[in-house]
Amino acid sequence: MRIRLNGKDVSLPDGMTLRDLVRHYDLDGEPVAIERNGQIVDRQAFEAEVIQEGDVIEMVRFVGGG
Amino acid sequence: MTDFDFKDRYSRQIRFRHIGEAGQARISQARVAVVGLGALGTASAAQLARAGVGYLRLIDRDVVEPSNLQRQLLYTEEDARNATPKAIAARNALAAANSGITVEAVVDDLDASNAEHLLADVDVVIDGSDNFEVRYLVNEVAVKHNIPWAYAGAVEAHGTSAFLRPGRTPCLVCLLGHGARVGHDTCDTVGVISPIVQWMASYQVAEVLKYLSGREDALSNAILQADVWHTDVRLIRMGGPKPDCSCCGRREFASLGAGRRALSVTFCGRQTIQVRPQEDVALSLPALAERLRPLGTVRANEALLQFETEGVALTVFSNGRALVHGTDDPARARSLYAQYIGM
Ligand SMILES: [Zn+2]
Repeated sequence: MRIRLNGKDVSLPDGMTLRDLVRHYDLDGEPVAIERNGQIVDRQAFEAEVIQEGDVIEMVRFVGGG
Repeated sequence: MTDFDFKDRYSRQIRFRHIGEAGQARISQARVAVVGLGALGTASAAQLARAGVGYLRLIDRDVVEPSNLQRQLLYTEEDARNATPKAIAARNALAAANSGITVEAVVDDLDASNAEHLLADVDVVIDGSDNFEVRYLVNEVAVKHNIPWAYAGAVEAHGTSAFLRPGRTPCLVCLLGHGARVGHDTCDTVGVISPIVQWMASYQVAEVLKYLSGREDALSNAILQADVWHTDVRLIRMGGPKPDCSCCGRREFASLGAGRRALSVTFCGRQTIQVRPQEDVALSLPALAERLRPLGTVRANEALLQFETEGVALTVFSNGRALVHGTDDPARARSLYAQYIGM
């Protein structure tokens, strides 16, 4: 399936969840917030939210350094 | 007090139609705390001081080091040579830039025992810290006392920033849960360049100036993420708080609840460990200097004492807190503390 992720068109395997997406980009355990189609998704729901064709997703890393 | 005319001094900010005279008057009445005076904290504090924020409280536990000079714009080579506490060096620089405001320096670690004391009486808290332990603590004080705070972080060439208002936007726990404390990149491990820090600090300060000048309608309510090397900018709308959030919904304050400073050892960067007694003590630095002089090199001033011997160095403050340099082993840090300071 094709989605728009952080402003770029990307192809992902069908049936991926948001949790899979976080893992896919090697950000598991990192402070990450995800907006899906204009809504911020609760972190606890990452596992249950299955990504759909055409989704617009923004994935933000909360950075530690100061 | 300054001999410059107020309206002339701030004329460019007053002429900016979204702030105006009324906005400037509110900015001048405002009280802001800056937690952490690394690159982000100094950049934000400098902009706020020059903008005329009436009262600034600068909180940092560390001393200026040579590796800070590449991006921490308030510090000089002299500060690094003298290992001046950052809060004091920053206060001196800002007092020279604007004598019409009050700048208070707090040379201490923000922790559960002092966070409410240091943050509950300000209008806004600026996060200039380099770790999530402190940010969760700031978030709890902010929610508990209904104080907006600005989060910012930067490593390498990318950074993230958001202005969080209790009850209006999500809080840090709404956004990230509780699991964001360990295992992330730091400026010590992957480095950082100045432009991204200045950008994140500027976004932070812009939101704070909107809020302080009474223009909440202009707030972005968005998380900014940017990368200056790959030239990428993202803006994510925040929406409201999560109703069932343990922090801002159920008002459970896990970090504050940790209570007294039970932890006597904390890592603060590569090869540096902070050791502190359970309670603050009144240490006589001159007396300690006398004791240590036969054992190595001692440099002392009214704020701190530095001691160097055989590959280790200690920086000791008069409240008993010490930074042990040259080891990553907490047990060794504790024993060096016991060995040389004797508690
Ligand atoms: Zn919350």
